[in-house]
This record gives sequence, structure tokens and C-alpha cells, in this order.
Amino acid sequence: MTGSVEVVYRGIFQKHLGQRITRGIVLAAWKEGKVGISFGRYGDSPERNGIPAKSFAVVADNEEELQAYLSRYEPSNNDVTVAVDDTLCKGVESWAWYGLQPINKLTRAGGTVLVTSIQTPEELLKDCHRKNAEWNLAVLKGTASFSGLWVYKEDHTDVRVLGAIAKVAPHVVKIESVEAAIRGEWGDELKVGSARKAYERVEIRTVRPEEGNPEKPYEFQLPKWWEMKEALVIPGIPVRQEVRGWDGGYRPGRNPTFKKFATRTMRPVVDFEICTKCTICWLQCPDSCFDVTPTGHYDANMEACCGCGVCEAVCPVKDCITMVNERAFEDNASQFEAYQKDEAAYKAWLREKIQDKVVTSRSHGFRYRGQYQEELAQMAAEGEGPGGS
Amino acid sequence: MSVATTEAPVPATAADKEMLISGCAAIAQALRLADLDVVTAYPIRPYDTVMQAVAKLIANGELDAEYIVASSEHDQFEIVKHASAVGARVFCGSSGVGWMYAMEAIAVTPALRLPMLALVGNRALDDPGAFGCEHNDALCVRDLGWMLTWVDHAQEALDTALIAYRVAEDPRIFLPCAIGADGAFLTHSEALVKVPSKEKVDRFLPKYNRRDKQLHPDNPITVAPQVNEDWVMEIRKQNDEAMRRARGVIQEAYADFHRIFGRQGGNPFVEEYMTDDADVILFGQGTLSMPVKVGVRKLREQGHKVGFVRLKWFRPFPTPEIQDVLRRAKAVGVIDRDYSFGSPNYGAVLYNEVRSALYDLEERPRVISFICGLGGREVTLDSVTEMSEILLKTAQTGRVEQPTYWIGVRG
Repeated sequence: MTGSVEVVYRGIFQKHLGQRITRGIVLAAWKEGKVGISFGRYGDSPERNGIPAKSFAVVADNEEELQAYLSRYEPSNNDVTVAVDDTLCKGVESWAWYGLQPINKLTRAGGTVLVTSIQTPEELLKDCHRKNAEWNLAVLKGTASFSGLWVYKEDHTDVRVLGAIAKVAPHVVKIESVEAAIRGEWGDELKVGSARKAYERVEIRTVRPEEGNPEKPYEFQLPKWWEMKEALVIPGIPVRQEVRGWDGGYRPGRNPTFKKFATRTMRPVVDFEICTKCTICWLQCPDSCFDVTPTGHYDANMEACCGCGVCEAVCPVKDCITMVNERAFEDNASQFEAYQKDEAAYKAWLREKIQDKVVTSRSHGFRYRGQYQEELAQMAAEGEGPGGS
Repeated sequence: MSVATTEAPVPATAADKEMLISGCAAIAQALRLADLDVVTAYPIRPYDTVMQAVAKLIANGELDAEYIVASSEHDQFEIVKHASAVGARVFCGSSGVGWMYAMEAIAVTPALRLPMLALVGNRALDDPGAFGCEHNDALCVRDLGWMLTWVDHAQEALDTALIAYRVAEDPRIFLPCAIGADGAFLTHSEALVKVPSKEKVDRFLPKYNRRDKQLHPDNPITVAPQVNEDWVMEIRKQNDEAMRRARGVIQEAYADFHRIFGRQGGNPFVEEYMTDDADVILFGQGTLSMPVKVGVRKLREQGHKVGFVRLKWFRPFPTPEIQDVLRRAKAVGVIDRDYSFGSPNYGAVLYNEVRSALYDLEERPRVISFICGLGGREVTLDSVTEMSEILLKTAQTGRVEQPTYWIGVRG
């Protein structure tokens, strides 16, 4: 019998985390006398901030069974899909495929999507797309563990996820073998304890086909070889697209098949009232994501913004642009349109987004010195940090 | 077995001028007639004769072209690659390890579908430092999507350069083409060459028009993006189809060339010499055709039914013609001025190509590999006799006693 797990993670921030989890699965299966492989999806480009990428683990009873999974690009019928950042539940678009892939797309019917999140399953189901089968949503309480390309944040997320996998898919790995593997790999009883606690505490909920985000994710049909332009030629994107009713304003031309927003882990929230229309955000945005409004404002288009934060960094007006964690949003609606429709309501919305300390936390990087220590203390208090409480 | 050319040839007019020039100077004349736009140069023997000849034409006011002396062969090929992308008719060339140094640019040119014309003055790959002729330099690109042709005299060099532009720049093809010219024997030997009038060439060779693939501010495009495994195979397939189409476009070009210039009327892909009743056939490409033809005539005088086939286009490889010509023989000896160490039977490149092309025939000749003339060593009449005798014996017994022979090696 074979079992497979995919870990969907964010480039750079979680590259090591993804690999440690899939390695851990194979090492644990080994303790049960099984064989397995751990690999990343080669077409991904995990050396880019936030870009969705995948790491896989396949385990089998013997080499013959494992062969069916060897030399493959990505397993497509997974027992468990792990999202180590809950904003990935909105769907993922990577270098490795086209269109928006729902988080549960490659989870087998009856399989489980395991998410590390501080949101409730009901909140997450607003993001997760519907699936034409029954599936399970498991939530392991915790914020997304982000680190860097050269550093690894030892907050036990790796072993906590391993413990949770043992709970939702014991036929892939059992908790005893996970514990044995952690002892063998890391020799740390505190980590063993974290895995066991996650195993005990992970919450699992069955999801029916009619539950979840009803939106149809955008798709892209790959052309036949004779439909493609020859000579590696790709038509240019027009400099500007006119927007109906936006006299004087326009939208920069954009790639219609690669939208990039699935890469975003935080988004700019703009206070149009104090904006001086200085143009700097629009000029500096590396993705030309700002639409030019008829009033001369700059509206970050949420289909095009990948959340790099350059606009916030270059904006000369205090609190005009604030990067806010992506989990505080459910859609890609235009902020400027909301502002035009009802300035007072927009103001209230803006205040809610940028004044509440929890939701204005960034997905990566810090606003002030000492913030990391505060977060660690908070995690420990809530029982999601190293060793739990 | 010549290919059908439907229209009667136009008689040569007095406008043809006869000149005593080297193979490289003949190519330079073709470039002048083709109204070349951009040429890059970096010296290495034996290719450098052509860059000198082009420089002279420009200096004399006979050719108006951008002549760029590059800082290396790599730059040389990069520059013309980009010039070709913006719609310039380009020429480039090198030899031996110079060509190899440019390999990164050379390798990407077919996928970009740029109709670059290059001259490879065939030269042994150093080390040892040597500038005599071997074909391994040009053959290194045999799998990459370059069209490859070999010529055996200066007139053919001039004619083939014009034909190569026409085929390479055909929008159905858009592939680069390299002309293999044997170092010294062709590049540095002067012969009488008929140089046609510009007017005739204009009738044969249309202007290069890249259409919607041209890099130009008025035609905003991206060229050569990064892609993943879900695109690469389709792109390779497009190149494969272009190479398949090249066969027909080459035939069209030769038929037209024959009609306008009155030359190159035979089969575009292979030249046959005394093959009609031949029991054994020698097979090869480039200037070794000269001594082999002489040897074949001598053996014929002695009553031996020996023939010779010269391959003109190596890519696309003319499989149907080769099957058609060689199926009648009992034994075929492929003379390679190259090597392919460790390949099947420790034979050489052309040998393995020919042998593979014959495999699907129900009845096929025995095939033997002759590695000969490496490093520019002469292919002598004695060598031709030696090879023919091996073939005649093979034809008689029907058995290949030894698949590969090194001919003319001391020892």
C-alpha cells in the first residue's frame, strides 16, 4: 500500500520547512519497515519570496509499489495536502502550472487538507474551493512559520505537522514512528513532545461537496504545438488597457494567464484621503500593479499585486500605505471602488484593517524591534510554540 | 537519380563574370550579391580568409554592410544572432575550437528560429594544435537544429551560400545553416568561379522578412522566455517540423536556382558518380570527392564496378535518396573525415548515420567505416584503391570481416 503527502509552502519563507516535513514522513515510514521518497516539484522556483511551491513524500510497503511514484513530476492523488500557510487556501498559482489550483485539487476523495492556522475551519472554508467529493479539513492551531533562505525558525512547526499527519493519515505514518524518527533525526525530546501534542490536538472536520468557496478558479488551456507562435516569440502586453467609466484613468496591460496574486502573503491597504498622488508607489512597483484612477489616485490591483511591500517602503506619507497580512481578506476587490462608493464606510474598513494589532501583523519582517520576542511569548501562552504548554 | 526539375534552365548570360578566387572569396562574393547587412569577425584559420575577403569588399565600396570585429567567437555569434532577430541578413563563421567556443550562442540559435548563415572552415579540434581539416567541429551541432551542408569546390561554395540564404530565410523554415568547407583544400585554394550578376541573384533571393517575429519597437514581442516542462516539448516539436519542411524547400530552391543560373541541376542532396551499375560504392562529403573520383575512374579502367556518392546536405539528412542510391550496391564504404570515439563499431559519424538510414531496407548493402584524412592528411589514390579493394572483397564474400578501418594511419 502506498501513501502520499504534498506540502504546499511559500518560496524562501518556508523552503526548509517543506523539505523537513516530507523528509520526516519518509524517515518515520522507514521506522515501520516501509520505503519512501521525498522530493520537491522541480518546476517550482522556491527561491522567490512567497511563491507557492510543493514538496512531496511518498511511502510504500516495498520498492515495486514505490516505482509507480518514481520519476514523476507531482503525485496527483494525495492522502494529505498540507498548507503551511493558511492564505494558500485561496488557491495556488506557481511557476509549475497555469491557472489557479485549488488547495484541495490534488487531494484524493476522502483525503485531508491539513492547515496550520489560527482561523476556524469555517473561516478557512470561505477560501478553500469546493471539491466534487467529500474531504476533510484539519486545522493545526498556529500562525504560518516563516523564515528565510539562509535561516530556519526552530518553532517546532515541522514536527507538529508530522504529528498531525500521523493523526489524519495513520496508514501513511503512525505517531510512534514519527516520534522515533524525530528522536533519530533531531534527538530532541521537546520536539517529540510537540509532535505528540499536535497529534492529540489537531481538529478534523468533514467537508461536503457543497461546502467551500463556490468561485470557479481561473484556468488556462495549454496550446498545441501548432497553435503556438514559432521562434519563441510572445506578443507583447499593451502598455495600457482602458477601463470603462475611467475617463482619464487606465490600467497597465498585464499578463492574462499568469496573475501572480497567489504569491501574496500581505497586501497594501491605501488611505486615499491622505494620498498626495506623488506617483512614487506607481513608479516603483516592480509588477506595475497600480491602476491609475480618473482622480489621479493609484489603486493596487489585487489580481496583479504579489505583496512585495515596495510601495509601503517608498511611500513618503505616514500610514498612507500599510502592508496587512493576507489572511485578513477574502477577495481581490478594488479598494478605490469601495472608497468611491462610500468614503465613510471605506474609512471604517481601513481603520479596522490597519489599527487592529493582530491583523496588521505582517506575514514576514517586523514593524519594530522586539516584535519577534513578543510573538514567541504569545505563541507559548497559546500552546502552539515549542513543546506547547 | 536526379530530382525532377520541371522548368527548362535559363541560359547563362554574359553578365556572369569569371574570377580566379578561393572558396572563401567565392563565399564573400555570394555575400556581396546577397546584399549582406551585418557580418561579425574573429580570426581563426582557415575561416579567417572569408572575413578578410568580406573586409576587402567593404573597403572597396562593393558591399555596404556592418562589419563588427568581435572580442571572441562567442560574441561573434551572439551579435549576428541579435542582428538577425531585428531583421538583418547576417553572416558569421569560425573554425575548430573557435566554433566550439561560440557553442552557447550556436546552440540557442535554432530554437530562436534565426536564419543565420555560418561558414565552418573545417579544422581539427585542438589539442593537438592543428589547423588541418576534420569535420568534427561542424558535426558537433548535428542534433541541434542547424541545417548543415558540405561543398567540394569554390563554385559550389558560392552557389550554396545563395541557396542557403533562400532556404534558411524561408518563413516556413527560419533555421540557421552552416556550410562546411574543408580547411585548405577549399578555403585556401583558388579556382575559376562564375560570379553571377546581382540582377540574377535578386530574381532568386527575396529580401529577408521576419514579419511578426521581428524585434522592433512597432512590433512589441518577447523573445525566448523562461519556460517549464509544459512548453519545451512543443517548442522542440516546432523545430522538428521546420527541419522536416526544409527538405521540400531545399528542392524548390535548387530547382529555381537551376532555372535562373543554369547550374546545380542535379539532385540537391547527393551527387552520384558512376553508380549506375556499381557493385561497391564509396560514400563521403567535402573535398575528398576529388581524389576518390580519380580513384574510381582508375578502378573502372581495371574493370572494377566501383562508384562514389557525395553527400551535399547532412542536415536534413536525405534518407530517401541515400536508401535509393545505396540499396543497389553490395557493399558501401563510408569515408569519414571525422571520428566518433566509442560509437557503434568504433566507426565515425557519417558511417553510423548512413548505416542507420539503410536499416529499414529489406535488402541492404554491407557497410564499412573508413576513417581517413584526419587533421588534413591527404586522401591519396592509394587510399582509394585500398578502400575499394576491401569493399570488393566484402561484396564477394558478403561478410563484414572488420567493420572499421583507419586508412592512411602509420603503423
